Amino acid sequence: MQRYIQRNPVWSAVLALLLAVLLWLVLAPWSQGMEDVLGRKRVFLNAVFSGITLGALYFLVASGFTLIFGLMRNVNLAHGSLYLLGGYIGFEVSEATGSWLLAFPVVFVLIAVLGLLLQHQVFRRMEGQELRQTMVTIGLSVVLADVMLWIWGGQSYTIFLPDWLSGPMTLPIISGTGRGGEVVYLKFPMVRMAILFAAIVIGVAMWLVLNRTRLGMLIRAGVDDRDMLTATGIRIQYVFLAVFCFGAGMAGIAGIVGGSFQSLSPGEDTRFLLASLVVVIVGGMGSIPGAAIGALIIGLAEQIGLVYAPTYSVVFTFLIMAVVLAFRPQGLLGR
Amino acid sequence: MADITKSRTDTPTLWVERVHPAVWALGLVMLFMPAFANGFWLFQVFGWTFILGMIALSLMFLAGYGGMVSLIQMTVAALGGYGVAILGPSGVAQISLGLPWWLYVPLAIAIAALFATLVGALAVRTEGIYTIMITLAMASAFFYFTRQNYGIFNGYSGFNLVVPPQLFGVDWRQPVPFYYLTLGCAALAYAAVVYVARSPFGLALQGTRDNPRRMAALGFNVTAHRIAAYTFAGAIAAVGGILLVWQNAQIAPGTAGLPAVFDILVIAVVGGLRRPSGAFVGAFIYVLLRTFSPDVLTAFGLSNERFKMLIGFGFLAMVVFSPDGVLGLWDRWRARAGRRDPLTGKERG
Repeated sequence: MQRYIQRNPVWSAVLALLLAVLLWLVLAPWSQGMEDVLGRKRVFLNAVFSGITLGALYFLVASGFTLIFGLMRNVNLAHGSLYLLGGYIGFEVSEATGSWLLAFPVVFVLIAVLGLLLQHQVFRRMEGQELRQTMVTIGLSVVLADVMLWIWGGQSYTIFLPDWLSGPMTLPIISGTGRGGEVVYLKFPMVRMAILFAAIVIGVAMWLVLNRTRLGMLIRAGVDDRDMLTATGIRIQYVFLAVFCFGAGMAGIAGIVGGSFQSLSPGEDTRFLLASLVVVIVGGMGSIPGAAIGALIIGLAEQIGLVYAPTYSVVFTFLIMAVVLAFRPQGLLGR
Repeated sequence: MADITKSRTDTPTLWVERVHPAVWALGLVMLFMPAFANGFWLFQVFGWTFILGMIALSLMFLAGYGGMVSLIQMTVAALGGYGVAILGPSGVAQISLGLPWWLYVPLAIAIAALFATLVGALAVRTEGIYTIMITLAMASAFFYFTRQNYGIFNGYSGFNLVVPPQLFGVDWRQPVPFYYLTLGCAALAYAAVVYVARSPFGLALQGTRDNPRRMAALGFNVTAHRIAAYTFAGAIAAVGGILLVWQNAQIAPGTAGLPAVFDILVIAVVGGLRRPSGAFVGAFIYVLLRTFSPDVLTAFGLSNERFKMLIGFGFLAMVVFSPDGVLGLWDRWRARAGRRDPLTGKERG
């Protein structure tokens, strides 16, 4: 951080200014003139907060994707299918047991075992052949999508939330003034704040594991130079298995989260595959903080675009990706 | 120098003799196909094979000669189809411009090729699997954009009643004319790819595939060669896309959805990425599976919607067991057969 500021003072100043403007827009009450230009503050705030929570969901999906990619150079194009499968299984578990929380460990273990099998039985056989691995994941995604269509059909599912998560909560942020001049605070769905909180906790935990533990050290070393790590006598296959397990499990969990505040239907796997791809391209391949920043940017762009320019919101996402590719092909935090 | 002495001693052969007899036979069969095949085979099976083959051929050109596996080819094809639907006449009169055919067909191809060039300019900044990721992201962005945009692409419903122009008094959507139309386009595209692959440009492109740094050191502009390859492949894909729209008479966002994008990769890989003919072999296998697997699946008591699983498993098996496709299998079988002595059946030393 400090090194970055020292090296790029101009860019740091621009970024800090942008951040300050955004904060001011969120925190300060808007004057009449501003509401005329930008529309109601409530709409803007809702877009910003939806964008941040959508970014949190994208982060949950993309963090596993970026870890797998960074370590194994395996573009797992079946990642979206793992997400959707996790969502469906979570739906079944929470329907059968009536417990929303129980779905998380069950799905994590099941999808992680599936990931384990994939890595151990399929990808390990064609190690170093990146293109072939990628094609295998495409074949798997085609097969998995059809299996899921077979079992769960074409209709859309929503996972029911427990009572303590449904309903709105009031945030200490001013959304506007009422008729009598009293201050109105922003109301926002409880579940989205919970998702945001969970994503932050998971992100911090991942950062701690990566930076403070032996396993994390192995993973970082493997991302930097896999051959050298193998040469030092580390059994890298176990590290691969652990990372693939974890990445797949995260995708499954994200499926429950996505199925709870959005819905699950056959097209969702490609939607989240696209989201992970763009997040990872923007943020930088193999970098967890990069995935967080990329997810935040893409989530915000998508939601703000949806509010202010409905037909072109996809174009914003695409433009961001193109600009990043044009000026920083390795991604914002990639090396 | 060696070449000069060699050409002096060898008897010159006509180009007709250098082509394998089996190829002549295949060409004749193709040319006289309407004499013994019915309309369904001509229009649905062979027409579709040639169209998908052309789109897969553009991918084969990029992947086989340029070393760039691009998943944007189906999107470029769909943009060509959309171009015809938007610039020419269609059932959606408030959007379609209704230009004459000699204007809208070249324009649609040019727009699609321009789009392919732009995508290429972004994609060539990356290599290997990164290219796959980026072209895939752009392909799905195009899909979602066409689905959301009602002003130009007419959103979810797309365009219907997009038919080929009544040229020379022929209805080109009838099976026999359509068969010859697609056969002609496919043959031209095939010849163009073969010709370009042997031209200085194609040779330089193959050089950049094998060793970009050495080519750059020799003074070739690697980036420009790669982008030009995208343009060339984009034009071929656009022709395929236009024919596809004329065959279906409609186009919608699903035409360029991710399943379709993956299908083109499946076709190219199953056929084999090494030779242009692989694209058409793969397309023929795909179309046969797609057309007849419902009957086969019903015979085995399965729902006829499971053909995608069949295709997925077939693709998986092909990638796992023969990464260079059906043509690779064929080559290896020939190599093994060639090592045997035809009289004794024993392996030669």
